[in-house]
Amino acid sequence: MRLSPSGLSVPGPSRRSLLRGAGGAALLAGAGIPLLSACGGSGSSSDPKTVTLGSNASDAVPKKAFAEIYAAFKKQSGITVDVNTKDHNTFQEQINSYLQGTPDDVFNWFAGYRMQFFAAKKLATPIDDVWAKIGDNFPDAMKKLAKGEDGKYYFVPLYTYPWALFYRKSVFQQHGYKVPATWDELVALCKQMKKDGLVPIAFGDKDAWPAMGTFDQINFRLNGYDFHVELMGGKASWTDAKVKAVFDHWSEILPYHQDGFMGRTWQDAAQTLVSKKAGMYLLGSFVAQQFTSKADLDDLDFFAFPEINSAYGQDTVEAPTDGFMVSKAPKNKAGVTKLLEYLGTPEAEAIYLKADSSVVAASSKADTSSYTPLQKKAYEMISGAKNLTQFMDRDSRPDFTSTVMQPALQKFLQNPKGVDSLLSSIERQKKTIFASS
Amino acid sequence: MTTDTTTKTPEAAAVPPPGAASRTARARQGHRRLLTRRDRFTLALMAGVPTVLHVALVWVTALASIALAFTSWDGIGFSSIKWVGLDNFQQLFNDNPQFWPAVQHNIIWFVVLILIPTPLGLFLAVQLDKKIRFSRVYQTAFFLPVVMSLAVTGFVWQLIYNPDTGLINSLIGANKPGHYIDWIGDPHLNLWAVLVAASWRHTGYMMILYLAGLKGVDPSLREASSLDGANEWQTFKNVIFPTLRPTNTVVLVVTIIEALRAFDLVFVFNKGAQGTELLSILITNNIIGESSRIGYGSAIAVVLLVISLAVIIPYLVATFRKERRA
Repeated sequence: MRLSPSGLSVPGPSRRSLLRGAGGAALLAGAGIPLLSACGGSGSSSDPKTVTLGSNASDAVPKKAFAEIYAAFKKQSGITVDVNTKDHNTFQEQINSYLQGTPDDVFNWFAGYRMQFFAAKKLATPIDDVWAKIGDNFPDAMKKLAKGEDGKYYFVPLYTYPWALFYRKSVFQQHGYKVPATWDELVALCKQMKKDGLVPIAFGDKDAWPAMGTFDQINFRLNGYDFHVELMGGKASWTDAKVKAVFDHWSEILPYHQDGFMGRTWQDAAQTLVSKKAGMYLLGSFVAQQFTSKADLDDLDFFAFPEINSAYGQDTVEAPTDGFMVSKAPKNKAGVTKLLEYLGTPEAEAIYLKADSSVVAASSKADTSSYTPLQKKAYEMISGAKNLTQFMDRDSRPDFTSTVMQPALQKFLQNPKGVDSLLSSIERQKKTIFASS
Repeated sequence: MTTDTTTKTPEAAAVPPPGAASRTARARQGHRRLLTRRDRFTLALMAGVPTVLHVALVWVTALASIALAFTSWDGIGFSSIKWVGLDNFQQLFNDNPQFWPAVQHNIIWFVVLILIPTPLGLFLAVQLDKKIRFSRVYQTAFFLPVVMSLAVTGFVWQLIYNPDTGLINSLIGANKPGHYIDWIGDPHLNLWAVLVAASWRHTGYMMILYLAGLKGVDPSLREASSLDGANEWQTFKNVIFPTLRPTNTVVLVVTIIEALRAFDLVFVFNKGAQGTELLSILITNNIIGESSRIGYGSAIAVVLLVISLAVIIPYLVATFRKERRA
């Protein structure tokens, strides 16, 4: 079968290509892919004054923030951004068929492996010309995140946010707790909190991804950034003693996690921090969205996951970064370039941050004067980091993390003693998945 | 039934009685003349369109997923389809920690549905058939869960089972640290918790099927048995239930289908986390979404297909054989 994906979208197909297309469509349908979702792009964009953009910003706050950016861009350049918004999770789930069909010129996406994957599959257009202009706006760590495996740029970051241990200043003050700097101090603090009748670490893993955040933190604190990359890239073995050590550390603090976590969403877990029933919560800074009262929000603070191995200290920050990519054949290339150049400026970032204060700008030139104290701290943490990671499911193959790691970590949480057989099972499955392409 | 006629006709055509050949030819011509152009067009349209749809949506897709089960494909471009033989099945049977639990859960699902909600539905139907007061109200109340989408059912029950704010844990005080009963997450509990929800719905479904069956029972049968001095239980056991045979057939098939296609309820409930793995959810997790292990997911789908066929084919064969005899 020599069918290229573009075979489905050639204008004015010959009879044969039409038949091939129909055969392909039948095959796709047989495989259960929602075919119609591939028809997301609008056909009206050969117009030089319009750029189409596929957006996953379906929540009210980011949707409005993005709309304001595009309005400002129109004022500056006269180019209209025609936004096609889809539900956040649906967008993610349909991304494969979306990018193969007739995608919009530009689309929202994430940095890391998930971006490099589509770049390597030739479903994205390199944008080195854009980076020649916006390169100075970004720190080196961000530049690294924006490149594909071939060294070309494919991604324009807009904002980022750190993962850390969040806590209430007033609770720490009331009980006289100190921010733990080392693993032993963290364990001691957990013990003390339990004695004081608090839930030491709030936790909810119903959606299966929060546990990946805990694994990441312990892993790169214990084994360093390079090992994180090797492990996520499928090169290091999961049966390695280093991985076992991560789970041993995790087992040590697992009794201090909020119980009943398998049926709890992260939002519900965050509520225990809001109501001051929990001492700490390991999550991304979007946890702040759950703090609806201003007084509670001002009381919220965070610290980086404590040092475990002095060789690595706290040099790595997990900072998932969201931004934009260009689809394989944009209809209005000139307009796209202009739009991306604008999106890479501190001004565009400032507009976004005004509406959503739970994240910080990806650019090192962005104006930080209007940041909340929480944002300032997050910004310092990220800009001071030696390495930035994206999150397990953004740094590794999504098929591996969703079908193997999510259930495996949940299994570990239920039965921490069965680590050995669990790890060899992960390794076996990893080998076949990473060997497949 | 059809086999008889098809085996006869070719013989008849192959060895035509001498002299009859010209007659059959004339008859065939006559047939053709009977149908006008418009008739033939309509016939082609009415038989053709459903046939094309059926072939494209059932046969081609089923065969395509069987073919894909022996390949590895990430869904990007047809050139990336790679033939891997039986690898997918080997991985599935040996390495996938979720596969055997999923098969087991599908079977448990069926057994529970047939043992609890089905007799319960029959019981309710018998009671409602007695024309008790407010029987319409009860009918509506019991049938309501069936009308609702399973996704809604899953959502509602998930609220009831919520460990912190759910109805059950709040009532029995199991939402404090150290006392949590994790109905949704605990792998020893969650399948049963979700089966309660499934049974709640299935009871109504079974009730309506049996109620329809009971309405079709000839009242004279009941009269006759009461004249013979049978009590209520005897009447039901020896007279009414045997006449419900066609309904039982439908009930069995419906329940098997429900058990094999169980998906939406669990997906909304906890996305098929440990304890509630189901084949349908494994297929979805592997194929839909970013993971796109289409070959591997198809292999699971083929397993599900084989199980369905293994259950349905012997059953249908037996039923048709019985019907023919009757």
